Amino acid sequence: MMSQPLWLLAELTYRCPLQCPYCSNPLEFAGGRFRNELGTEDWCRVFREAKALGVLQLGLSGGEPLLRADLEQLVAAAHEVGLYSSLITSAYRLTKDRLAALRRAGLDHVQISVQAADEELSNYIAGTASYRDKLAAYRWTKELGFPLTVNVVLHRKNLHQVRDLILLAESLGAERIELANTQFYGWAFHNRDALMPTRAQLDEGWRVVQEERARLGTKLEIVWVLPDYHERYPKPCMGGWARSYMTVTPAGEVWPCHAAGRITTLKFANVREHPLEWIWHHSDAFTAFRGDAWMPEPCRSCPRKTVDFGGCRCQAFLIAGDAGVTDPVCSLSPHRHLVDDAVAEVERTAAVDAGEWLYRAAPNSRALAAKG
Amino acid sequence: MTSPAPDAATVRVAPKARLQWDEVRQRHVLLYPEGLVALNETGADILAMCDGTHTLAGIVTSLQQRYGVEGVQQDVTGFLEALAAKGLILFERG
Ligand code: SF4
Ligand code: SF4
Repeated sequence: MMSQPLWLLAELTYRCPLQCPYCSNPLEFAGGRFRNELGTEDWCRVFREAKALGVLQLGLSGGEPLLRADLEQLVAAAHEVGLYSSLITSAYRLTKDRLAALRRAGLDHVQISVQAADEELSNYIAGTASYRDKLAAYRWTKELGFPLTVNVVLHRKNLHQVRDLILLAESLGAERIELANTQFYGWAFHNRDALMPTRAQLDEGWRVVQEERARLGTKLEIVWVLPDYHERYPKPCMGGWARSYMTVTPAGEVWPCHAAGRITTLKFANVREHPLEWIWHHSDAFTAFRGDAWMPEPCRSCPRKTVDFGGCRCQAFLIAGDAGVTDPVCSLSPHRHLVDDAVAEVERTAAVDAGEWLYRAAPNSRALAAKG
Repeated sequence: MTSPAPDAATVRVAPKARLQWDEVRQRHVLLYPEGLVALNETGADILAMCDGTHTLAGIVTSLQQRYGVEGVQQDVTGFLEALAAKGLILFERG
């Protein structure tokens, strides 16, 4: 039977007041490919078509979705068709009134990021003074009765704060904290050397997570997203390519995951030109790696291929230069040495090198695009 | 920590979760932040009664009548306790 999508990530805009160096948005987000944002009507149609196709879970993301003046309308449209909606936001300049309006419109869940446990480090990593807005928004989220997820992307500069971050989420009354070790796509791939943690940092972080899970039980769900460069096998990326997930970008391109747009060998269809159903079933990007017919060795004859689906196509493209090979993170991949080299380089230099990163900002995006 | 389900407590779907009919797959689902539980008919019947007015014992009785069976107490309790462990069901003492 043909698969049906369950998840839709709606990237409403790539504009964002924050500048996180690990941002998964495309490096060239400021360029023409992404600037012509879909209008309210387009998005409402996308939500209807997604629901008819089987989608139940909707992430409203970006960039910063709050920058869309029609966000309340979009939430109402999603609610009307019966999508369970999550707002994924930095909460910068969010007011209690707006949050209340979103609640009335039918928003189901709020996920607010924080960059570190204390104000100084959080603002430094975000590149924008945003910590106080976040703390205020966390409180309003709870006051208004939303379920709350605290989201933190972990890397070399904040992994020492795992316990403090969990304590922060606990004190806020959050339901979940997502401790997401940096996945190296978009800006994170560009800034990989400055962001990648050491093995010792990861081991310590994981130890604390287990301790805190035992202490907190069901009071606070602690999600630990694995740092896949340090694993033996890849993650089952997106639960398998084009099996249950899709991303619609600000200008209407549809991607099988939020990093896929970087793969230059695929053609991406646009909701302005095609119905979502056709895109899901027939477009080049979705059919290219659906199922396992595309798999080369060592995946083809590997018993794990129904578990991890050969790993991540974007990672294969970024690291090995070919989206159609085994994820280089896999210890069985002929390209694994490229990952080992990157990890070893960090182990060798992390102690002495502070590691410079490039902030995710429009001028930097344009400068990178100009360099080609 | 999850408390064992007391018979006298009323049962309610947690505010963060939503019971819904999935037209495309022709089944009920319980939706919650970043996840869902697919339900069979019995599961959906049980959750439909988790509205804050029924007790666990009441749900068991009602199910046994509806399906004409006996001894579902353990299954129902197990089903609800598993959901309670995920914070999707709340037991409220009357
Ligand atoms: S990761 Fe940071 S910079 Fe990127 S969209 Fe989110 S808040 Fe903005
Ligand atoms: S060879 Fe392929 S299927 Fe096997 S573990 Fe590695 S990535 Fe997964």
